[in-house]
Amino acid sequence: MPDDKRLQLHIPKPQARPGEPVNFDGLIVPEAGSVRRPEPLGCEADMRDMPFSLVRVLDENDCAVGPWAPDISTDVLRKGLRAMLLTRLFDDKLFRLQRQGKTSFYMKSTGEEAIGAAQSLMLGQGDMCFPTYRVLGWLMARDYPLINLVHQIFSNEKDPLKGRQLPVLYSAREYGFYSLSGNLGSRFGHAVGWAMASAYKNDDKIALGYVGEGTTAEGDFHEALTFAGVYRAPAILCVTNNQWAISTFAGIANPRDTTFAAKAIGYGIPGLRVDGNDFLAVCAATQWAAERAHANLGSTLIEFFTYRAAGHSTSDDPTKYRPIDEPVHWPLGDPILRLKAHLTVIGEWDEARHDALTAELTEAINAAVREGEAVGTLGKSKPSVAEMFEGVFKEPDWRVIEQRQELGKELGL
Amino acid sequence: MASMNMIQALNNALDITLASDPDTLVFGEDVGYFGGVFRVTDKLQEKHGLTRCFDAPISEGGIIAAAIGMGAYGLRPVVEIQFADYILPAFDQLVSEAARLRYRSNGEFWAPLTVRSPYGGGIFGGQTHSQSPEAIFAHITGLKTVIPSNPYDAKGLLISAIECDDPVVFLEPKRLYNGPFEGRPDQAMKTWAGHKDAEVPEGHYTVPLGRAAITRPGNEVTVLAYGTMVHVALSAIEESGLDAELIDLRSIVPLDIDTIVASVKKTGRCVIVHEASRFGGFGGELSALIQERCFYHLKAPIGRVCGWDTPYPHAFEWDYFPGPARIIRALNSAMEN
Repeated sequence: MPDDKRLQLHIPKPQARPGEPVNFDGLIVPEAGSVRRPEPLGCEADMRDMPFSLVRVLDENDCAVGPWAPDISTDVLRKGLRAMLLTRLFDDKLFRLQRQGKTSFYMKSTGEEAIGAAQSLMLGQGDMCFPTYRVLGWLMARDYPLINLVHQIFSNEKDPLKGRQLPVLYSAREYGFYSLSGNLGSRFGHAVGWAMASAYKNDDKIALGYVGEGTTAEGDFHEALTFAGVYRAPAILCVTNNQWAISTFAGIANPRDTTFAAKAIGYGIPGLRVDGNDFLAVCAATQWAAERAHANLGSTLIEFFTYRAAGHSTSDDPTKYRPIDEPVHWPLGDPILRLKAHLTVIGEWDEARHDALTAELTEAINAAVREGEAVGTLGKSKPSVAEMFEGVFKEPDWRVIEQRQELGKELGL
Repeated sequence: MASMNMIQALNNALDITLASDPDTLVFGEDVGYFGGVFRVTDKLQEKHGLTRCFDAPISEGGIIAAAIGMGAYGLRPVVEIQFADYILPAFDQLVSEAARLRYRSNGEFWAPLTVRSPYGGGIFGGQTHSQSPEAIFAHITGLKTVIPSNPYDAKGLLISAIECDDPVVFLEPKRLYNGPFEGRPDQAMKTWAGHKDAEVPEGHYTVPLGRAAITRPGNEVTVLAYGTMVHVALSAIEESGLDAELIDLRSIVPLDIDTIVASVKKTGRCVIVHEASRFGGFGGELSALIQERCFYHLKAPIGRVCGWDTPYPHAFEWDYFPGPARIIRALNSAMEN
């Protein structure tokens, strides 16, 4: 066979690995305010350019500009800043506690706080979020008690999930936060089914589902989008494209010249690609998609373009697979600093207030941690072992009852 | 009372539930306008409306994922997977989500769905329309697995499954849809007409999950079976002339351990019969439970009559299928000791 007839297998590689210079040259960042805002109730077929642009609101002067600039009160903006800052500080504290051996595992949302926080504030109390493990901002924006998070992370006697779940895989129904799992993507279809149920009952609630960009390669993602498109499920379906799936770059989940938002086109639903580090852009896109869902026009797929500034979890070291300085060169900045700068520019915030807020939140976190530690950290305290056998079924069957008694005898209870 | 075949009885259960509970809905491949490839959902869309019984994409994982989400909202979905052989793309949804949702959320969310699926062999369906995968569901903590053997039970068990707040895999032996089958393919097909278990009340009733039926009382040997094999075993027992006690498990999770143990303690002998292949099959679990609980009552080794440990074959269907002759051999072997 002549060499020019031989096929070559293509394996994509990221722009830079450790020791190589950071390179975001291929990343096209349109100017804030430059992308059109289609009429939310318009025809999907007229929006197929949207997945190839990037909706941005905050410009280089920290001003909200263009057709996507949302009409949001400064109170809500300050709530968003608070929720993001609380998420950042809480993550940093609990990550350190894992390093001190006080729990087994932790995952941070660092760099992605705007997404959960903004969407939580834009959606209604009865709506349901089907989160990934990087949506802590949703709970923080709704004032979920910090102490419940701490007890869950310590798997102690007061753990609301009774010691059955890995740390950070929360469930908080009253806060519109569906049960998390470590399986990726397997709840995306639940968001669609939940939304279909709301429509079936002629209710007015909508669902919010998340996957990461890596998980768009799972069948669950495509099954869920098929159902969302076919049945016009009132759901906002989000791909948090944070560039990294543990050590695997986004190019392993998607070929270079398309976008994750563009996957929407094949399913017949609108796709938006949004600067996920721009709190105002996240708010605006969420409002747009919610308006459409409430008008019975079905789902929207939103790719939030963001950056996972920390490691995947406490179990990996990102400097082993990407340049150590890659996070500081991320061209879309830090979501907390950007919203803080915007509030400052419009005269609604200043350094003194920011310092005071930081101190207040730090003290609240420390108080919750102290309270959690007083009950016990992992291994020092746990729920009654009888809890291991509860909730397998609504009513336990004979196996569960016999085995509970067997363990009880073994433990001398 | 009306005489119904198993299809009619299942259709009637769905019809009654759709009429009485607005939170119940039915969906799956071909179940809407067409009424299902086996006609179990026939006319339900016409009678109850498009949103109550509708067609789904060819997406088993998508179907069960949507049903779990609906269940979390508060509905009580009943979905059809066209053949149990095709349920595996949805296995992750059943194992990692439906079965664990209540447990991992400490009761905040649960998945009260019923997954109906035609199952088992005897119809020349080859590898992809004949399998009996019940053991893989029985192994999953948090799932219930139900297998009816006649029209009366099919209706009562299906209503129980739908009303149950836990996820239920409801396996319908498709060889029994139109009539009982004794495992004698050379004999003329039977219909359910005139069979005592085809007399089905027209209104609402339930058969509880987890309670076995003693299909034939006896004293010499206990035979455990479910689904199609109940009829095959009964025919084999009659031919053998033995005074065997035949227990139809009806559901394998929850399992009616008390009825099984009482019978084996009485007879001292046990033969387990299932269509599924032997190694790692549910018969292994039954055998272990019996020796744990009845060891000093046993007079003979526990026998297993199962499909062979091969994929389900096409041309060799009746060599694979555990028919009456093989069951009689196992019964005689149990009696020899």
